[in-house]
Amino acid sequence: MNAPANSFVRNALIEPQAAPRNTVGITGWMRQNLFSSPLNGVMTVLILAFIVWMVTPFIRFTLVNAVWEGADRSACATATGACWAYVKAYLPQFVYGRYPAAERWRVDIVFLLLVVGLVPMLIPRVPYKRLNALFLIGVFPIVAFILLTGGHVRLAGNLIPSSLMAPSPLRFAVQYAIIAALIIGGLALFAKLAERPVKGSGTTASIILGYIAVVLFLVSLDFGLVPVETANWGGLLVTLVVAITGMVAALPLGILLALGRRSNMPVVKLASTIFIEVWRGVPLITVLFMASVMLPLFLPDGVTFDKLLRALIGVALFQAAYMAETIRGGLQAIPRGQYEGAMALGLGYWQMMRQIVLPQALRISIPGIVGSFISLFKDTTLVIIIGLYDFLGQIQASANDAKWASPVTGLTGYIFAAMVFWAFCFAMSRYAAFTERRLDRGRR
Amino acid sequence: MYRTIASILAGAAMAVTSFASAGAGTLEDVKAKGFVQCGANGGNLIGFGATDENGAWTGIDVDFCRAIAAAIFNDPTKVKFTPLNAKERFTALQSGEVDVLSRNTTWTMSRDSSLGLQFVGVTYYDGQGFMVRKSLGVSSALELSGAKVCTQTGTTTELNLADFFRSHNMPYEVVAYEKNEEVLQAYEAGRCDAYTTDASGLYAERLKLTAPDDHMILPEIISKEPLGPAVRQGDDKWFTLVKWTLFALLNAEELGLTKANIDEKKTSDNPEIKRFLGIEGDFGQAIGLSSDWAYNVIKQMGNYGEIFDANIGPSTQLGIARGLNNLWSKGGIQYAPPIR
Repeated sequence: MNAPANSFVRNALIEPQAAPRNTVGITGWMRQNLFSSPLNGVMTVLILAFIVWMVTPFIRFTLVNAVWEGADRSACATATGACWAYVKAYLPQFVYGRYPAAERWRVDIVFLLLVVGLVPMLIPRVPYKRLNALFLIGVFPIVAFILLTGGHVRLAGNLIPSSLMAPSPLRFAVQYAIIAALIIGGLALFAKLAERPVKGSGTTASIILGYIAVVLFLVSLDFGLVPVETANWGGLLVTLVVAITGMVAALPLGILLALGRRSNMPVVKLASTIFIEVWRGVPLITVLFMASVMLPLFLPDGVTFDKLLRALIGVALFQAAYMAETIRGGLQAIPRGQYEGAMALGLGYWQMMRQIVLPQALRISIPGIVGSFISLFKDTTLVIIIGLYDFLGQIQASANDAKWASPVTGLTGYIFAAMVFWAFCFAMSRYAAFTERRLDRGRR
Repeated sequence: MYRTIASILAGAAMAVTSFASAGAGTLEDVKAKGFVQCGANGGNLIGFGATDENGAWTGIDVDFCRAIAAAIFNDPTKVKFTPLNAKERFTALQSGEVDVLSRNTTWTMSRDSSLGLQFVGVTYYDGQGFMVRKSLGVSSALELSGAKVCTQTGTTTELNLADFFRSHNMPYEVVAYEKNEEVLQAYEAGRCDAYTTDASGLYAERLKLTAPDDHMILPEIISKEPLGPAVRQGDDKWFTLVKWTLFALLNAEELGLTKANIDEKKTSDNPEIKRFLGIEGDFGQAIGLSSDWAYNVIKQMGNYGEIFDANIGPSTQLGIARGLNNLWSKGGIQYAPPIR
């Protein structure tokens, strides 16, 4: 049906008009977001003024007036800006600490391996995740340990009395074989007595014992690397070693503790609760201090335990307690129906946890887990009080160097430390946000 | 399962822990492992114990450890340094982590008597002093009457300061801050006339000022802070060795033996020098070393004065005058028993 030509009905659409000028473009955006009312207008101006007032001196100090080149303190002594020349001169020490210069390539290789192992692991699209994880958890730590310390650990074994066998790697091997045989025998005996074979436990134990044997063999080999005591490690190296070890050890330990605390078995529950509450109730400084100053006094004379190792164990256990509480929060958020559904399907405890509960609980806990990782990363700076010179500690120590001492040296060091810590923590936080969005797809 | 893993790990950890000594003396242990383990200042105290930008250790405390290595091995590089902080230094020595603690540690009675360690002597006589602006026109601490003095809170420096001004009947005003950086900033900003802390610290802090040369350290020292190396109690042989290494450094300066001239002095007729160089007598054997141990120390490290000048002396950036640390024969109080 055609409309008559003289109809009042339009037969063509009106050309779209431009939006009112004060609602589009920059002016529109500003009117809407910055000056929507007189009060907001005043606030905007005040806050802008505040930002300018705060940021300008910072930029002036770090960029405009900064000293970029120089060979010693004379370049920075009268400077009114940051002394980046000092950071440049000291950068190797900020990264490696007192690690001998000739051996620093070993640290470089470890950093490189870490990146090579970690980056594909973090990108979801890259295949071979299982192999990748095996490399990161099973192979990388051993290689890193051998490269960083030099390997060639002298295993003597001290459980067999010296009158029977002189201390030697052989004695250690014999001792290890006896312990391994005892464990496997014990498992077999248990299976026989309980009259229900503990499924696969014999194989699992053999694999683990075999793996430990290989690891011990490898670290006791002499690769001809110069040994570097951990006392000489420092800078970013120590920060990363402490933070990564703490994170990697704390996560599985934390999951077990969280499950233990929610367990129906009273002894397990009590033990987990006590562990968590004791470690959470003590400041990290105290833990480190105990590990560094008190522990050596309890050990018999002449027995020394590496200081870094002590700190690592302390940090890992401390972090595990926090991790357990974060994950327990996630576990509690899983509706009862999920547990009941899993049980109705006939799943056992571990199957239920692994297949149904933990994947959901961990996803909920991601923000919390990353939050505690970030705080751990920053808490690593506390190791300075036990005389380990981490990134910040090394910067503080270097600021005293007579060659570079100047009014701005210390400040520059702190600004540099803040920037590096921020970069690491921000990256972690962004990656966590990305993972959250990816895992959350099913819920949107 | 987890219990089994835990028990394996515990067993492995126990087996791995190293058993450093089997009851032998420190000197035998040191000779066996081939180096001296020396506790040094990890916090970079310039001129005493510090690492430079290349990671090399410098300082008077560090050089003393090298001198011990030179005495034992005739090789000052056979020493490994453990950076220690103030809190853990004594534990590190007690637990055997280090063989000698050479980390600007003040010798006091309580430390000597109750911490299980023994001080071998004094490598540097430190004490609290004052820094002022040259423009103030003051040349002695006794002219500081009515001055505002910047210091750190809660340290013995504050007490010493009060004692000093009270005993001289001078009015004064304390401007105290929590952190050292704040103290220095306040002093630089002119909020006080003088800045007080240990003299060695004053020289180091002065470098952090915009114009170090506009400031001077007053000659008065108002407290006793003898800094020296310490060893574990109960190993007299090692104690004697370390002690005589220090005395050798001092005696060499007194006898005029230096790194440069020690070879020509071998022909000297002076019996003291002959004994020192091990040409006469076998004093080295008495402390478990070769008879030319003292020669090796001086040949490798130089005498006390040379070490002092190279690390903190007037020609260095710190520019500390010998003062009390001069030999007794030159107006100081450094004095060593003779070798005979």
